[in-house]
Amino acid sequence: MPHPATWLKPLPQGLSCEPGGFFVDPVRPVDRAVVTHAHSDHARPGHRAVLASPATLALMQARLGEEACLSWQALGWGEVLRLGDVLLSLQPAGHVLGSAQVVMEYRGSRAVVSGDYKRAPDPTCAPFVPVPCDVFVTEATFALPVFRHPPAAAEIGRLLQSRALFPERTHVVGCYSLGKCQRLIALLRAAGWDRPVFLHGALAPMCRVYEAQGVRLGDLRPATVAAKAELVGSIVLAPPSAVGENWARRLAEPVVGMASGWMRVRQRAKQGGVELPLVISDHADWDELNATVDEVGAPEVWVTHGREEALIHAIGKRGVTGRALRMLGYGDEDDAGGESPPAPSPRPPPSRGGGADSSPPPLEGGGWGEGPSGRGAR
Amino acid sequence: MIAFAALLERLVFTPGRNAKIALLRRYFETTPDPDRGIGLAAVTGALAFAAAKPGLIRDLAAARTDPELFAWSYDYVGDLAETVALMWPTVATGEKAPSLAEVVHTLETAPKGALPGIVADWLDTSDPSVRFALLKLITGGLRVGVSSRLAKVALAELSGGRIGADEIEEVWHGVAPPFLSLFAWAEGTGPRPDPDAAPNFRPLMLAHPLEPGDLAGLDPAVLRAEWKWDGIRVQLVATPLGRRLFSRGADDISPAFPEIVEAMAFHAVLDGELLVLRDGVVAPFADLQQRLNRKIVTAKLLREFPVAVRLYDMLFEGAEDVRPLPFDARRARLEDFFARTRPARMDVSAMIPFGTVEDLAALRDGARAASIEGLMLKRGDSPYVPGRPKGLWWKWKRDPLTVDAVLMYAQRGHGKRSSFYSDFTFGLWRPAETGGEELVPVGKAYFGFSDAELGFLDRWVRAHTVGRFGPVREVEKALVLEVAFDAAQFSTRHRSGVALRFPRISRIRTDKPAAEADRLATLMRVVEGA
Repeated sequence: MPHPATWLKPLPQGLSCEPGGFFVDPVRPVDRAVVTHAHSDHARPGHRAVLASPATLALMQARLGEEACLSWQALGWGEVLRLGDVLLSLQPAGHVLGSAQVVMEYRGSRAVVSGDYKRAPDPTCAPFVPVPCDVFVTEATFALPVFRHPPAAAEIGRLLQSRALFPERTHVVGCYSLGKCQRLIALLRAAGWDRPVFLHGALAPMCRVYEAQGVRLGDLRPATVAAKAELVGSIVLAPPSAVGENWARRLAEPVVGMASGWMRVRQRAKQGGVELPLVISDHADWDELNATVDEVGAPEVWVTHGREEALIHAIGKRGVTGRALRMLGYGDEDDAGGESPPAPSPRPPPSRGGGADSSPPPLEGGGWGEGPSGRGAR
Repeated sequence: MIAFAALLERLVFTPGRNAKIALLRRYFETTPDPDRGIGLAAVTGALAFAAAKPGLIRDLAAARTDPELFAWSYDYVGDLAETVALMWPTVATGEKAPSLAEVVHTLETAPKGALPGIVADWLDTSDPSVRFALLKLITGGLRVGVSSRLAKVALAELSGGRIGADEIEEVWHGVAPPFLSLFAWAEGTGPRPDPDAAPNFRPLMLAHPLEPGDLAGLDPAVLRAEWKWDGIRVQLVATPLGRRLFSRGADDISPAFPEIVEAMAFHAVLDGELLVLRDGVVAPFADLQQRLNRKIVTAKLLREFPVAVRLYDMLFEGAEDVRPLPFDARRARLEDFFARTRPARMDVSAMIPFGTVEDLAALRDGARAASIEGLMLKRGDSPYVPGRPKGLWWKWKRDPLTVDAVLMYAQRGHGKRSSFYSDFTFGLWRPAETGGEELVPVGKAYFGFSDAELGFLDRWVRAHTVGRFGPVREVEKALVLEVAFDAAQFSTRHRSGVALRFPRISRIRTDKPAAEADRLATLMRVVEGA
């Protein structure tokens, strides 16, 4: 049984599955990309062929355009695709809508790339499914024991309490456009907030995709200057960067909130001038990371990005071997990174002539070969 | 404890005064006695005890956490109490978090040796936010930015406007945590707490700034004039039950000025200015600053920065409330009292003779001596009225000095101004060590201009940003601001070596190239005592 280290390798382009001829979440254009989820640091344009869950494909196409990659192929939960000697399937990761773990089996050994994930319940996406494996590849965004996310419903409760105490002010909550925004709306609805939720223009497109994928978000309205009177006492969602911009002047004496796992640490909240920090994250916290490692039972855990040293130290004490992949290019969008999501970098459309980098030669036809769902997921 | 922790959590992040008052009011409304009173004492700094040193917390953490994980976490969070609050391993004890009153009572009575075990039990039954509040309370590191005045305004709101904040002020120093009688009075279920002869603060009478338009309406015949001293306003209260020295904000600052308290061998309530005085000469404000905000004073400080009080009014003589008397009568009582008692470290602020308003203007323009800010004008027939009544007292500050400085950094405001860069750091040129010229920051000022100018500065900052540090932007060194200030004083705390008193931006000088802005040496020439 070949050790996964012999067939799954961190290369500058991304994690390469050599016998399968594809990369997982490549950061540079490649021939074949398996994408875990649609955040811009994991789902980049310029690949020849992309395989992902149906919802991830829809989100990617809405964000990047249908021309961003040449072919798109959807793979449903648990469906198995054979690529060379590799059996490939996707299982939910619970991070955002469509987010998947990539399960790969090669000659009896199994590796799971979890992508970004969380274990807390989220009404807007399928819950994480633990898959026993020989190597578990994990993120480590919040891998310090100070990060223990409280129940998200309690944090939403604090937002609504503040709204009740300051009914004449606008509560504006900074959140990332894909995932966090829709989760906040769903949490607000679950808490009984049935009034309109107002959105900064940058948040609307992803909400439309969520709705098209069957996630009900209720009455959403643009937070335009024309709506100024309605914004008094309302709840507005906006990208974190917009709160300090001219845009925010339409708001009535705003209470500035921010929904992020980083809000757990006071200094982080203070630096951003946040008045109402809400500790709501789409990433696994310290306890979830450790519990997940134990649950999948892998003797070896690879850490892609984040604070790997603490996690490797902690699992090492339980007899699990940790390995830091130190992969660059992840953690640019949502909690994993800085304040504002970067715009997708413009790239030339891929040429049919072959991979831009040293990706393996294309298989026959340049697509994904046989599979249950065929080519092109439009 | 849960409600108190939630209050702290919000207060720490809330910059706005009105929002803080609303948060306090809700806490008072929704928290039962005696917890709310203990909470009131805690946020206003009246519970100044440190039951444990940080070492106790460190030891507890060491016993419960992995040392390497603790080191990484502490390194990341940067605050010991917060690190422990966040990473304390959760134990499902099923017990409720302790009440605030229980915590404070236990801290005051438990033997020192029992403390680590008690604290560990509390931490086990709490969530991170309660743990943080607990640890800060235990180590005396609770800093929430709530003045006692703010808490009194919130209490006044709790009464639904029936009781003013000034009335609460009058009884404040006669009540103690958990303030049961005070809350009962505010909620209309009990009588006004009787302050008896306790040494209480009495709300101050304040002056209006004299505007140019006011000059014509002044009647020199009824006006009295004094110098406006650049110290801090204090109230001296000495009754048979005790002696206290209060700041303008009703904070008890007696411990910082023991020599004044010692000299208060009388029964009266007096109003005056606290100054550093050497051989009868008033020292610059920077000297007085060395004595402010200290809990304990050393013999060296007492020797090097000797303070005195320059008296200018009397509110009570013995038990007699003389506030309804006209100023002239109070002044006569003050002078008689002073001649009789001759308290050490005190004198009486001189009255300045004058004939006409023109005389006053000339006096004010000539007031360039250190530590004189300008003139105080008081009507001879004015009673002592708390607050800022119209048409009785005026302060007439000397014209400000100005300097042309270069904008260096800008920071966003809060609330309505949270999207505007409205807080500016500016600097002056000086020779750089490496040759050439460099800018050194000399001060910081909030906006003091029209909406149009605010908009202009905000756009300018956004268009000329060269660096970002959290909420602060560094800008191109290209915009000249005319900065007005009342005085410049030597300072060892500032990189430039000089501190400005009351700096404000008076004009935007788009007409002036940055290279032609003033040099630090120019400012140094007007530094007091230089």
